[in-house]
Amino acid sequence: MSQPLLEVRDLVRHYPTGQWLRAGPAVRAVNGVSFDIAPGETLALVGESGSGKSTLARVLLRLEQPDGGTVRFDGTDIFTLDRRALAAIRRRMQIVFQDPSGALNPRMTVGAAVAEGMEIHRLGTPREHPARVAALLEEVGLDPSLAARYPRALSGGQRQRVVIARALAVEPQFLVLDEPVSALDVSVQAQVLNLLLELQRRRGLAYLYIAHDLAVVRQIAHRVAVMYLGRLVETGPTETLLAAPLHPYTQALVSAAPDPEPGARPARIVLSGDPPSPSAIPAGCPFHPRCFLPARDARCHSELPPLRPLGFGVVACHHAASPPAAPGPTPPS
Amino acid sequence: MSALLEVQDLRVSFPAGSRRVQPVDGVSFSIARGETVALVGESGSGKSLTSLALLRLVPAPGRIETGASLRLGGADLLALEGEGLRQVRGRRIGMVFQDPMTSLNPVLTVGDQVAETIRAHFPVSGAEARQRAKALLGEVGLGDPAARARQYPHQLSGGMRQRVMIAIALAAEPELLIADEPTSALDVTVQAQILELLDRLRRARHLAVLLITHDLGVVADRADRVLVMYAGKIVEQAPTAALFAAPAHPYTRGLLASLPRLRGPRQPLLAIPGNVPEAAQWPEGCRFRPRCPDAFGSCAGDPPMIAIGPARTALCWLHDPSVGGRPR
Amino acid sequence: MIGAALWQRPGGRLGLVLLATVLLVVLFAPAVLPPPYLQPDLEQGRFLPPGAGHLLGTDDLSRDVLSRVVAGGRVSLAVAAGAVALSLTLGTLVGMVAGYAGGWLDMVLMRLVDAALAVPRLFLLLIVVGIMERIPLGVLIVTIGATGWFGTSRLVRAEVLRLRTLEFVRGAEALGAGHLRILGRHLLPNVLGPLTAATTLAVGDVILLEAGLSFLGLGVQPPTPSWGGMIFWSRSDLVTAPWISLAPGVAIVLTVVAVNLVGDALQDASGEQPR
Repeated sequence: MSQPLLEVRDLVRHYPTGQWLRAGPAVRAVNGVSFDIAPGETLALVGESGSGKSTLARVLLRLEQPDGGTVRFDGTDIFTLDRRALAAIRRRMQIVFQDPSGALNPRMTVGAAVAEGMEIHRLGTPREHPARVAALLEEVGLDPSLAARYPRALSGGQRQRVVIARALAVEPQFLVLDEPVSALDVSVQAQVLNLLLELQRRRGLAYLYIAHDLAVVRQIAHRVAVMYLGRLVETGPTETLLAAPLHPYTQALVSAAPDPEPGARPARIVLSGDPPSPSAIPAGCPFHPRCFLPARDARCHSELPPLRPLGFGVVACHHAASPPAAPGPTPPS
Repeated sequence: MSALLEVQDLRVSFPAGSRRVQPVDGVSFSIARGETVALVGESGSGKSLTSLALLRLVPAPGRIETGASLRLGGADLLALEGEGLRQVRGRRIGMVFQDPMTSLNPVLTVGDQVAETIRAHFPVSGAEARQRAKALLGEVGLGDPAARARQYPHQLSGGMRQRVMIAIALAAEPELLIADEPTSALDVTVQAQILELLDRLRRARHLAVLLITHDLGVVADRADRVLVMYAGKIVEQAPTAALFAAPAHPYTRGLLASLPRLRGPRQPLLAIPGNVPEAAQWPEGCRFRPRCPDAFGSCAGDPPMIAIGPARTALCWLHDPSVGGRPR
Repeated sequence: MIGAALWQRPGGRLGLVLLATVLLVVLFAPAVLPPPYLQPDLEQGRFLPPGAGHLLGTDDLSRDVLSRVVAGGRVSLAVAAGAVALSLTLGTLVGMVAGYAGGWLDMVLMRLVDAALAVPRLFLLLIVVGIMERIPLGVLIVTIGATGWFGTSRLVRAEVLRLRTLEFVRGAEALGAGHLRILGRHLLPNVLGPLTAATTLAVGDVILLEAGLSFLGLGVQPPTPSWGGMIFWSRSDLVTAPWISLAPGVAIVLTVVAVNLVGDALQDASGEQPR
């Protein structure tokens, strides 16, 4: 593997709760997460609400300060940077949010929104901006004449394309995609996913793709990291992880995913209970109250399982065992 | 199987400037007891408005156009007013909405909210209603129902709140349950639990279930029959297995081809070009024509509803032999 | 687009027409009125009832009431506009800083605002006005403006807190935008919408406040005419020469009604704008 573009080590983010003198239990949103992303690679971060995946994304871009750990982008620790150096590195890492209706300023035209990053980072002269905006809109599959419109005149899919063009305007190498298609209609979802794949091919972008929909993940990601209550519980190549999940939580996620293939589904695992709150994380293995493995025992209640290599990836489970014959990894075309 | 609910030629219109648009434009279908029917469509297809029309809850200034017929077990829903209408809403038709947080009253305990619904429909004492409420909360799968009954909505998780909503919908022992995107706001693992619950209740109570969703994956797992809605019309209806095995309408085909799959060989997604048009911009003739890969001359005219198999219809010229359509 | 929405509402249309009439008369009537329009008409005399020579009659000093209503309107409206502009600026500034900075700064600013809101505004004004012997117009404007922004700052702060959670603000941050750009290009334009409606309503308040102060003899000092002052100084002739106080009274009512109609319609219209 080449030199990673992004190196995340032991990242921790806790939120204090309670007011004034009475401190409540801290919300432990991210509890020591480490991973790498190579240039041009897509890592999918999968988890349910409360897993901490969106908090993690905000900390990665230093939109929030962590309580521990480091994030290195292209070798530079982003938490030690001063304002000017931070602005320069932010140009190279951008984010696309889930809800395209909230992601655009309603009082700014599409053209102004796309050009804003160029203004901030002084890319090209202001006279060149309109032409660059037009080229970017075309690159994301929009008519350049839309530059004069306001976001409310656009459909959800068009807005999400504008948000992507706005991010691309500063020529980043790395995009955080926070559920970018989950608010879109099915037929439009596919358009945006295809666009993201094409942009990656053309520009060599690296993606951190945050999602809860495993079928979407399979379409776009090279590797998958599964997050539960602020920790990674399993990481591996997409095809092997989805075909033969090793952690019981991943198994349940794969099994619960709705699939438009009647009859094709293996025996269903329906987890009992809800994901616990990140302010009351169970001791030992955080998954043990919902675990269904026959092998679970007292150790699961007391001892936090470390991530250990197994199969083609890593797993945090005392009892996960490698399946007899896991299919080989096949990177997305 | 005799139909419990029969909908004929339902049209809902709204004023748009000087004219009226019809976001629901001639919808006909039926549901039998013990059957789950899925109404599938993207945003703007008219699927939610259809469900509101069944309860006569079309928001003003919208109205149901004359000529429609809505019959529930023989009763004419459109002829009902006042008390009669109230007896149908909640009593014979239960409704579960997408967001369980905003549908529950935040200042009442969930036990009181279930009990209140029971007392609104049955002449029972407060104590009796509370007993029944606890039993219902147990039936929808809440552990320790006596303790849960004393909690407020904000003390429950999203999945538990949706279970409470289902208990409230069932409190009056309805014959038809309408679930409008009941799992879209929930996590995947919780989604599976709620769908499992709806299925168990359907069997135990012999309910008719109308499941409104945009998620074809949910449909494949749970529905007996599927109605696919596009631009105010049902463009295809079919038994679930048949629909997924061989979708007949180009829109259904497009939807399935644009859907990422978790199993089977990985294929590039074939997106449907363009966007779902709004009601004011629906084209003449077949409304899917501008986005349809198979459109031909006849598509400029209103497409006919063609029977293409057992309990299957498609609203598409391709299946009309008289114009030399190419049935697939 | 908001102008069109305003015009479509009957209340908004009536308000706009009324307001435009008041402004036209106040601004351009001096050009039409016979010069020297503010001088006493000593030939015709005092307490003339409305008639051919003086459309609205004359007052106790033989001055033309119509001319004084027009001149007083210029003063009253200038005070209102100046004071509202000042309190709007102060309120927006404090509200945006508090909402955007958060933390201790927000806390200190908002506790101060709470304290100021707990004191009746008229009382604050009376203190300021009381310690000064003579009150120049400028001081009156600053005083009214500086005591009127507390509510505005709360409104702006609440709106900024709401907007800050929206993804476009976070997105601008991720794009590398500095604080000034986020405040100026992303927050301010979105705060102005809800603010406009509230501001228009405040104009009505300030006109009444100035009239009240002048009526108490504490506002605009004679001989400078103002609507409230005219009513105050003519109160002893209310029964014998009612037109002297009636004319400025009607002017106040018309203006306040017009401004409130526009404000209400604006509020309705901005509620319809997609957020």
